[in-house]
Amino acid sequence: MSQATQAKPEQYIVKDKSPMIMAINDFWKAFRKNKPAIAGSIIVAFFVLLAIFANFITPQGINDQNIGIRLQPPSAAHWFGTDDFGRDIFSRIIFGARLSLRVGFLAVIGSIIVGTFLGVIAGYFGKFLDVLISRAFDILLAFPSILLSIAIVAILGPSLNNALVAIAIVNVPVFGRLVRSRVLTVKEEEYVVAARSIGMGDMRIIFHHVLPNSFAPIIVQGTLNIATAILDAAGLGFLGMGAQAPLPEWGKMLSDSREYIQNAPWTVLFPGLAIVLVVVGFNLIGDGLRDALDPRMKN
Amino acid sequence: MLYYSVKRLLMLIPVLLGMTLIVFGIIHAIPGNPALTILGTKATPEAIHSLNKSLGLDNPWYVQYFSYLKDILSGNLGTSIQTNSPISSEIWPHLAATIELSFVAMIIAVFVGINAGIISAWKQNSFLDYTAMILALIGVSMPVFWLGLLEQWGFSIKLQWLPSIGRDDIRNSVNPITNLYLIDTLLQGRFDQFWMVIRHLILPAIALATIPTAIIARMTRSSMLEVLKSDYIRTAKAKGQRMIWIVYKYALKNAFIPILTVIGLQTGLLLGGAILTETIFGWPGVGLYIYNAIQYRDYPVIQSGILVIAFIFVMVNFIVDLLYGLFDPRIKYR
Repeated sequence: MSQATQAKPEQYIVKDKSPMIMAINDFWKAFRKNKPAIAGSIIVAFFVLLAIFANFITPQGINDQNIGIRLQPPSAAHWFGTDDFGRDIFSRIIFGARLSLRVGFLAVIGSIIVGTFLGVIAGYFGKFLDVLISRAFDILLAFPSILLSIAIVAILGPSLNNALVAIAIVNVPVFGRLVRSRVLTVKEEEYVVAARSIGMGDMRIIFHHVLPNSFAPIIVQGTLNIATAILDAAGLGFLGMGAQAPLPEWGKMLSDSREYIQNAPWTVLFPGLAIVLVVVGFNLIGDGLRDALDPRMKN
Repeated sequence: MLYYSVKRLLMLIPVLLGMTLIVFGIIHAIPGNPALTILGTKATPEAIHSLNKSLGLDNPWYVQYFSYLKDILSGNLGTSIQTNSPISSEIWPHLAATIELSFVAMIIAVFVGINAGIISAWKQNSFLDYTAMILALIGVSMPVFWLGLLEQWGFSIKLQWLPSIGRDDIRNSVNPITNLYLIDTLLQGRFDQFWMVIRHLILPAIALATIPTAIIARMTRSSMLEVLKSDYIRTAKAKGQRMIWIVYKYALKNAFIPILTVIGLQTGLLLGGAILTETIFGWPGVGLYIYNAIQYRDYPVIQSGILVIAFIFVMVNFIVDLLYGLFDPRIKYR
């Protein structure tokens, strides 16, 4: 307080900054102090760059087979060794980053869009629709997520894209519930009541007041769910219900090389390490975002 | 309490009905002719016709759904296409194997997770705290199947300390009574076999417990940190109570509600994770049962396996809900 009274008035003139920019500034100030979150951002940025520039980085093509050099240990020519077809594991892992990140981002974005839509309808319009949608969420959440994904892939047929759809569907109720609870809170706020009383339409209220207020928790949950989506996609790939050969999906790579673990442990070690690293990255960012956006959660 | 339990039980009905509807839909949502998908493109028209008949696919869907529901309520989970025997009798040994594995994994997760979380909170910002939380972070980020493979490589192949496959040795197999081998071997007084079953349990149980352990540790830490700041803890300290007593007796009790919720929710993760763990360790549980059914496109088994696991998950959370009152008498059931 004493600082505030001593401060010059012009410091508080922020006419040129919109509330949005101020919020972003506040967020960035809190986020950059969080060292683990910065470390997570660096890890994720690293993998994103690998995925984007995979064509330029990889020393070998991902499907270049050479039986003469199968199951070779890591060396200068093959940093992570070679697999049972003599393919370069390093190159395959870099291309695998593309697949895993794509599944993680697209599945979560899909579930955020559908979940937000349903959550807003349930929370804002209430009544019968709310009961219907909320019960549907309860039912979907009653299944362990990987089992529900398996059920969906069993219907659609095994492929990476179907695994993506399955993971997106499984995550819908997570975001749906989150948005619904935010909507229920925001709906009763005085400024929303005021907006309605001056004749603001439902759509305008939803887009100007309700959704912006749900933004922070969605971003936090979304980041954490990218991590689980990547893990689930790898799990489905491992079970043969996700990516199919010869796609270099990390989970699929693990299941393909598990029989060689005794003599060629590197074939199993590196794809798994890649999964752990990228998932740790997203988890660190998610935790950091939560601390920065919702200080009440912080410990 | 009784009123609340009954009310909560009644609330389960729509969820359980919805679950049966989804599981029922697995076959019916298959694009095209499900019988053709199940039997493969080389199937004869007669085979397709007879499968359609045995799955009841030639009736309208609501007729099929109600007869499916009637079957489930009478304990009939359908017939396996692969073995042609009733799933309800086939599934029990698998279910027992999964329950045994999950139970041991949960005990590990609760014991290690709660203690790690308590120590982290107690010694906040110490080296121990950082180590525990970094391990917990890696734990939640680790694919269960990868950890399982590494365990097999390290402890079975390299060190040869523990078996990597199955529930017992083929040449010394357990004579099943309840199919819970830990209990069966004790009932028969076969302590050598009891030890063998434990040795088989260790690796898969640790793999399966990793994620729940990490999540419980993180939850316990944040829940304890909150409680340790409260006035009554300061009072207890001021009275000269020993810290270990304060932490484990007074603080843990109040920190336990969120931990309990997480434990309930983790059961689902555990049962879901079982399918991956069981596949790696050749553990003959429901997970492996479903996995083999997937390979064989044995849809009735996939349906019933998923339904049974989801049912257990719902019931565990129901029990957790009822347990809240035991740990916090302030929670009134209405």
